[in-house]
Amino acid sequence: MRRLIYLLPVLLFGVLAGYFALALRPGYDPQTLPSAMIDKPAPDFDLAALQGDAKLSRDGLIGKPIVVNFFASWCVPCRIEHPLLMRLSQQEHIPLYGIDYKDKPEDAQRLLTQLGDPYRLIGMDREGHVGLDFGVYGVPETYVIDKTGRIRKRFVGPLSAEQVDQELLPLLRQLSAS
Amino acid sequence: MIAELGHFALILALFVAIVQASVPLIGAARRHAGWMAVGRTCALVEFGLIALAMAALMHAYVTSDFSVANVYENSHTDKPLLYKLTGVWGNHEGSMLLWVFMLSLCAAAVAVFSDNLPPALRARVLAVQGMIGVGFLLFILFTSNPFLRLWPAPPNGRGLNPVLQDPGLAFHPPFLYLGYVGFSVAFAFAVAALIEGRVDAAWARWVRPWTLASWCALTIGIAMGSWWAYYTLGWGGWWFWDPVENASFMPWLVGTALIHSSIVVEKRDTLKSWTILLAIITFSLSLVGTFLVRSGVLTSVHAFATDPTRGTFILLLLLVAIGGSLTLYAVRAPALKGGGLFAPISREGALVLNNLLLSCGCATVFLGTLYPLFLDAVGGPKLSVGFPFFNRTFAPLMVPMVIAVGVGPMLAWKRGDLLGALQRLWVAYIATAVTLLVAFYVTYGGPVLAVLGLGLAAWLGSAVLVEFAERIRLFRLPLADSFHRAIHLPRSAYGMTIAHFGLAVSVAGFAASAFAQEAIEVLRPGESLHIAAYTLTLQKVERMPGPNYTADDASVQITRDGTQIAVVHPQRRFFPLQQQTTGETAIRTNLLADLYVALGDGDAEGNWTVRAYWKPLVPWIWIGAVIMAFGGLVSLSDRRWRVGVAARARRAPAGAMPAPGE
Repeated sequence: MRRLIYLLPVLLFGVLAGYFALALRPGYDPQTLPSAMIDKPAPDFDLAALQGDAKLSRDGLIGKPIVVNFFASWCVPCRIEHPLLMRLSQQEHIPLYGIDYKDKPEDAQRLLTQLGDPYRLIGMDREGHVGLDFGVYGVPETYVIDKTGRIRKRFVGPLSAEQVDQELLPLLRQLSAS
Repeated sequence: MIAELGHFALILALFVAIVQASVPLIGAARRHAGWMAVGRTCALVEFGLIALAMAALMHAYVTSDFSVANVYENSHTDKPLLYKLTGVWGNHEGSMLLWVFMLSLCAAAVAVFSDNLPPALRARVLAVQGMIGVGFLLFILFTSNPFLRLWPAPPNGRGLNPVLQDPGLAFHPPFLYLGYVGFSVAFAFAVAALIEGRVDAAWARWVRPWTLASWCALTIGIAMGSWWAYYTLGWGGWWFWDPVENASFMPWLVGTALIHSSIVVEKRDTLKSWTILLAIITFSLSLVGTFLVRSGVLTSVHAFATDPTRGTFILLLLLVAIGGSLTLYAVRAPALKGGGLFAPISREGALVLNNLLLSCGCATVFLGTLYPLFLDAVGGPKLSVGFPFFNRTFAPLMVPMVIAVGVGPMLAWKRGDLLGALQRLWVAYIATAVTLLVAFYVTYGGPVLAVLGLGLAAWLGSAVLVEFAERIRLFRLPLADSFHRAIHLPRSAYGMTIAHFGLAVSVAGFAASAFAQEAIEVLRPGESLHIAAYTLTLQKVERMPGPNYTADDASVQITRDGTQIAVVHPQRRFFPLQQQTTGETAIRTNLLADLYVALGDGDAEGNWTVRAYWKPLVPWIWIGAVIMAFGGLVSLSDRRWRVGVAARARRAPAGAMPAPGE
């Protein structure tokens, strides 16, 4: 029995190594993992906006294809992604909506004052319930939702310029045309 | 030609490492003195060869030899000389070369400073280091060779990421790696002890200086990294719980536990198998950290270009090194017999509590860092769980630890008198209460937790001083006697007092950062903003040329009550080569608080965004870290570590017989 305790470290390490090996499996690219929610209607939400009395709700957004970005002021990758979001909203004029995930309004406000505000409207998801409904594992995550309110694409982690040019923008164009 | 020399030196180093990993081990098993002595020679030769390779790569960088692919990708003729040199380790291949260079440096140091070690133990320690060397040299030569040529040679290089062109970051990796890799010595000692099946006080005495030295280097390395993030990233944060930061923080936590548990092995001959396990885990975490950073299984701001073949290779290395050592542990550790018994309330008990809390702290950081990876198994992505997780899990574990650090050193070995210790700490209660009241009064309406944090720092700082006063029996004996006692205290006692005090200073810095104020305003030249008691006036913004950038240099006048204190110059630098803009913050400190000014974007009409932060006690975070590292160095200078050398020197003239192994 006593010997088993001494085996514990190596067994735990074995489990860990298994996870490492899984993460290295060929063809594995965590950035493009599909969501279980793909092609399903986006979960219903109705959030207080960061500024003013407006509401950010699913029903209010139906009717045109949109992009929803989950972010938080405490998230470092979000800061990496931020210049790209600014470009999307200012140059490409895409309808970008933010959901501020598990965050304080004053912190989020500070982030946007520092780096600029790329969002048309920001909903405050202080408890993270909406994130849970969407199946967000962490921030940032970006969803493309079509005009009927179905999730068409999910981007995990900070968006890259290639993802935007090769996937996000073409998809949006296609959704707008149809 | 010189690059090829470096390449060949690396290949040669690999073969020397293979000899170092095998011959002394066989020699130790067969008690063959000559074979055992090979380890020493190999370690020195290997160090020479890797130093040569390092010098060759540096030469390529300094002379901007763009026919070397690594130089082309990471350097540029316009780069200042300092960054040409430090650019050597600003990329994956070069930093791995620095890694093995540090490893061979440690092995050479063991070879030189191990006269008092039994030859068999020395041979085994060097052999284990040789094995690690083999693994990493193979890794470099097969997946990350910095000496690959490029033909035809491009006219100029791509340049180093501007964010990395900074003096703070230039010297951060060498310290960090010295710390990481230094723990390989403790690891090698642990594996050698498992092979021999013997751990005793002498073993602990040999391991401790190496652990202390690596711990000091790692402390400095982490502090430098955090300071760099603070002043370059431009929003005043100093710790981000980023995977790469965590990768360096985890070995530090377990290494701290190791320093403390090896005291118990040395003084009381118990906690042996636990200490061995900690030594293995500390270095394993350094290796896992390397894996996480290089393989790209986690996203991070710091991550180098990643490559799955490298990841697979490092994973194999991990399996052999960690899996192998832990298997050896599972087989041999049960045979290690613990010695002294002790009551729960005792110095040993306090050190066990310290170990428990530090290990749990490390486990939470580990889970938080790898959480995305574990999620991956159920189809999740790689993301950071961020501040909320770490603040809620890690901080509650560290609070009782800091409280216990105040009491632990007051307890006696074997059986301590907790009540007596608590009574003798009455001065600390008063200091804590006064600090709490004052802090609460001054910051009324501010964050309550931060006030409690300041109280915690005051508690620890005063308890450390009380413990020191008790030790020299201040005010109980005449002052002259106390002074006499103070002079004769061992250096390690001073080291502990200094390091614990440094922790108190850092804790105050962590806590007080919650009181920071900030102001962000769009200013035209001549306009001002107000923060804390200061007025900041933007005087002018000028365009200035730099060596490889152009800068918008702002002159910001700081005044307090109408008198000018300073004019500071935050900048925005534009690097045309990379089409990238970086911010250069200006920090004015009086050691009690930082005034931190960053220049944001300007517009066509001459409006500039100016961000200012007033951060009380924040410099204490790094001052505390430096004090901690200094405490470690003082402890390292303790005579006890050299006693073996002295005893041997006395013996040598008398004994005509050569010692075995020479």
